[in-house]
Amino acid sequence: MSLLDIKDLHAGYGAMSILKGVNLSLEAGEIGVIVGPNGAGKSTTLKAIFGMLNITEGSIHFDGEDITGIGSEQLASHRISFVPQENNVFPTLSVHENLEMGAYIRRDDFSRVMDHVYEIFPPLKEKRHQPAGELSGGQRQMVAFGRALMIEPKLILLDEPTAGLSPMFMSQIFDRVIAINQTGVTVAMVEQNAKQALAIAHKGFVLAGGQNSYTDTGQNLLNNPDVAKSFLGG
Amino acid sequence: MSSQTQNPIMRDIALFAALGVLVLVIFVSQGAVYSVRMLVEAGCYGIIALGLTIQWGYAGLFNVGIMGFIAAGAASSMLMTFPRNPDFWNSGGPELAGLFIVKLIACALALWLANNSNRWGVGPRLRALLITIAIAVSYLVLSFHMTVMSEEIEKASGWMGGLGLPVFFGWIIAGVIAGIIAWFVGKICLGLRSDYLAIATLGIAQIIKHFLKNADWLTNGTLTVSPMPWPVPSPADGEFLFARAAYLSVVAVALLITYLLLQRAYHSPWGRMMRAIRDNEEAAGAMGKNVNRRRLEIFILGCVLMGIGGAMLIHFTSIYDPSGFLDLNHTFLIWVMVILGGSGNNRGAIFGAIFVYIVWVMSEPLAVMLFDAIATYGNQWLGWEAPSDFLSRALQMRVFVIGLTITLVLRLAPQGLLPERQARH
Amino acid sequence: MNDLVFFLNKGITSGLIIGSIYALGAIGLTLIFGILRFAHFAHGDLMTLGAFVTLILAAALAALGVTLPLPLAFVVMFPAMAITAVLAIGLDKMFYKPLRQAGARPVVLVMASVGVTLMLQGVIRLFAGVRSRDMFVEAPKEIYRIPIPGATRNLVVTEPQILLMLFTVVAVIALHFFLTRARLGKAMRAVSDNPDLARITGINTEHVVWATWIIGGSLACAAGTMLSMDVTLKPDLSFNILLPIFAATIVGGIGQPYGAIAGGFLVGFCETLAVFNWSIVLRPFKDELWFDLPSNMSLVPTEYKLMVPFLILIIVLIYRPTGIFKGRVL
Repeated sequence: MSLLDIKDLHAGYGAMSILKGVNLSLEAGEIGVIVGPNGAGKSTTLKAIFGMLNITEGSIHFDGEDITGIGSEQLASHRISFVPQENNVFPTLSVHENLEMGAYIRRDDFSRVMDHVYEIFPPLKEKRHQPAGELSGGQRQMVAFGRALMIEPKLILLDEPTAGLSPMFMSQIFDRVIAINQTGVTVAMVEQNAKQALAIAHKGFVLAGGQNSYTDTGQNLLNNPDVAKSFLGG
Repeated sequence: MSSQTQNPIMRDIALFAALGVLVLVIFVSQGAVYSVRMLVEAGCYGIIALGLTIQWGYAGLFNVGIMGFIAAGAASSMLMTFPRNPDFWNSGGPELAGLFIVKLIACALALWLANNSNRWGVGPRLRALLITIAIAVSYLVLSFHMTVMSEEIEKASGWMGGLGLPVFFGWIIAGVIAGIIAWFVGKICLGLRSDYLAIATLGIAQIIKHFLKNADWLTNGTLTVSPMPWPVPSPADGEFLFARAAYLSVVAVALLITYLLLQRAYHSPWGRMMRAIRDNEEAAGAMGKNVNRRRLEIFILGCVLMGIGGAMLIHFTSIYDPSGFLDLNHTFLIWVMVILGGSGNNRGAIFGAIFVYIVWVMSEPLAVMLFDAIATYGNQWLGWEAPSDFLSRALQMRVFVIGLTITLVLRLAPQGLLPERQARH
Repeated sequence: MNDLVFFLNKGITSGLIIGSIYALGAIGLTLIFGILRFAHFAHGDLMTLGAFVTLILAAALAALGVTLPLPLAFVVMFPAMAITAVLAIGLDKMFYKPLRQAGARPVVLVMASVGVTLMLQGVIRLFAGVRSRDMFVEAPKEIYRIPIPGATRNLVVTEPQILLMLFTVVAVIALHFFLTRARLGKAMRAVSDNPDLARITGINTEHVVWATWIIGGSLACAAGTMLSMDVTLKPDLSFNILLPIFAATIVGGIGQPYGAIAGGFLVGFCETLAVFNWSIVLRPFKDELWFDLPSNMSLVPTEYKLMVPFLILIIVLIYRPTGIFKGRVL
C-alpha cells in the first residue's frame, strides 16, 4: 500500500479549477519529484494536500487514512511536513527557536532530533541564536528544512526548495534531500530545475495543464526524448 | 435576467414608499413644524451619509472622524457668514490675525523646503535635522503668536466674529476647508494600513473638536454663537413653518443635486475606473492606475460633502456650539445609516439617513418613557430606589443599541458589506 | 533646589506614571495588532471595564469589613485582571472570531471593535452613571512626602504610584520571560511573524489567541485600575486614552511588545514635559537668559494636552511608519 495516494484529483480556487484529474502515488521511503511548465499545477498539487484549495473530485490517502480536505493545522499531527517556497521561516525568532517551533506538537524530549538537524546543517549550529530573518537565502532554506524535520515526519513536502539559490547551494540541497530520504523520510518535491531533481528521484511526475503528462521513474524520464524535448530545457 | 434587474428597483420603490408612510405618520402625530425640522436635519445627514458612502463603498476607507469634518465645516461656515464683530475690527486683532496667516505660510514654505531638500543634494541625516528644526521653529513661532493673538482678541472683543458673507458662500468654504484637512490626512495615511486611517481620523476629530472648544477667540467657546444666518428668511423674520419649509426645500435640492452628480460620476469613465479598482485592486494597480491617488480623491470628495452637510446642519440649528459635536451623534450614527442602507449604494445611503434619523429622534422620548416606567414600577413593586441620574442614563441605552446594531450587521454580513455590484450592461 | 523638586514631581514622576499606564495599555494593543492583525478600538473601554470590575470587588470586600495593609483596590485588582481576561476572550468569541472565520478584511474587524466599544460604553454608563468615582473605598490613599535636603518642597509620591511602578517593572520582566522562555510565548511570536507557517507547523493558534486576549485584557484592567487609583475612575475615558495608546503602539512598531513599552514612556514623557511649565525650572537662571521669563512657559497649554500624542502619531506616520522597532506597516 502506498504511503501517499492521490487519485483523480480535481481542485481549484473557487469556481476556477486548476487540477483536472491528477494521479500521484508514492511508496514509503521514495523521493517523488513533480516537474512541468509554469502553471501546470505543480505547487497546487502539494497545496491541495492540506486544504488550501477547493477539492471538487478525487481523493487523497495518506498511510491508509483518507485525508482529503484536511486543514493546514492538521498536517503536523499526521506527521506530514510542508516547506513553502517563500516566507518559510519565522524571521524574528532565532534559528534555535525556529527549530523549537517545528517541534511544537511534540511532548517529549527532542534534543536528539535537534542535534541531528545541526549535524545535517552545520552552518545552523554556529548561527543558532541569530534571528532567522537575518540569514542569507541559502541558510534560511536550511532553517526551513530543519524546522520541518523536527517532528520526524513520515512525509516531507518541498515546494521548489532550490528556487533562487545558486548552483552550489542547489546541489547541497539535493544532497541533503537524499540524506534525509535515507533516514526513511518520504519526499514529495516540486522542482523547476527538472533535470537535477529527476536525477535523484525514484518516481517522477510530469504535469501539464493540471493533468499528468508522463509518470515514470526519474531515470526513465530523463532518458525519454519526448520529455527531454518538451520539459527539460534547462 | 430581467426579473433580477427589476427586483432591486421594485425593492427600492417599496422601501421608499414605506419610508414615506412613516414620515406621514410622524406628520400626523407630531405636527408639521416638528416634522419639517426632523426632515431638514435628516436631509443634511443624508448629504453627510453620501459622503461616507462613497468613501466606504468605492474605496473601502474606514473614516472614524466624521465628527471632525462636520465640526470644521460648520466652524468655517460660521466664520464666513456670521455678522461682523465691530469690536474685533477696531482692535489690534485683525492685524495679528493677518500676521498669523503670513507666518503660517512662511512656516509651511520652510517645512516644504526642508522636506524636499533631498532634491538639492542634501543627505538623509541632514534632511532629517532640517525637518526637525523646521517643525520645532514653526511650532514655537506659531504657538507663541497664537497665544498672544488669542489673548488680545479675547481681551479686546471677546471673539473674532464672522465676515458677514452670504450663506451659500459659507457652505462652499465649509466644503473647501474640510477638503483641505482631508487632503492632509489622506496624503499621510492612504497607502499604509487601513487601520491607520481609522486611528488618524479618530485623532483628527478629537483634535479639531478640542481645538474649537478651547479657542474662545475663534468660536466664542462656551458662550456659543447664535443666531446662525439662514439662506432663506429665518424663523425670526417670518413664521416658523414657512421658514423651515423653505430651508427644507434648499436642503432637498442640495441633496438631489448631490445624488444626481454622484450617479453621473458613477457612470462616467472616472467612475468606471473607481469600480475597477474596487473590484480588483491588484489588477488595476498592475495596469498602471494610481490606486492611492484615486483613493485620495474619493476621500477628499467624501469629506467635502461632510463639511457642506455639517455646515447646513449647524446653520439650521441656529446655534454654533463647539462642545455640541459628539462622536456618537456625528460619527457613529452616520455609520449606522450607511451600513443599514447598504454601503456603496447612494440611494441606500439616503434611505438609511432618513430612516435611522427618524428612529434616532423618536428614540429619545421613548427611552426616557421606558426608564421612567422602570423607575416607577420598580419602586412600586420592589421598593427599589432609582439613582438620581437614572433618567439621564436612559440615553446611554442608545449608545448600546448603536454599538449592537453595528456588530450585529457585521455578524450577519461578515464580508464587510461588499458594495452593491450594479448590473453589468 | 525647590524648583528641581518641582520638576521631579510634576515632570519626572508624572511622566513615569502616565508612561507606565500607556505602556501597559500599548503592550496588549500591539500584541492584538501583531497576532490578530487589527486595531482594537475597544481597548480603552476594556481598561474602563477592568477598573469597574476592580471597584465592584473592592466595594464588596469593604462592605464585608475587610481591611488589608495594601489598598483594597490594588489587592482585588489581580482577580479583576483574571475576570477581565475572561471577558476579553468572551468578546472575541462573540464578535471577532466569527468575522475571522468568515475571512473578513482587517477593516471589518476594526469596525466590529468600534461596535464593541460603543456597547461597552453604553453598558458601563448605564449601570454606573457618568460621574467619577473614588477607587479608595475604605481609606484615602497614602501620600508620602519625602523631604529633600536643601529644599523646602517635598518630593511627593502616592502609594498607588509606587505600586504602579513596581507592577510595571514586574509585568515587563514577566512578559519578557514568557515571550522568550515559555513555549506558548514563543508560539505567540511565531504567529505574529508568520501565521500561515505557524499553522503548518502545528502551533495551536486558538491557544495563542487566548493567550493574546489574556495578556491584553489583564494588562488593560491593570492600566485602567491604576490610572483610576491615581486620579479617579471616569467612565468616559474611552477615546481620550485610546489615542495616546495607539500613538505609543505605532511609535514602537506594530507587533513589537518592547517597542510598545518604549513608545508608552516616550508618549507619556513628551506629553508631561510638553505641558510642563518650564519657566519655573529656568527661574534660578533668569538673570543669565537673554529674554524675559514669562509666567507660564509651557510648550503646549494644558487644555491642548491631547495634541501631543496626536502630533507624535502624525510625525511617525509621515517619516517612519514602521516605528522605532520596525513593525509591520501593511
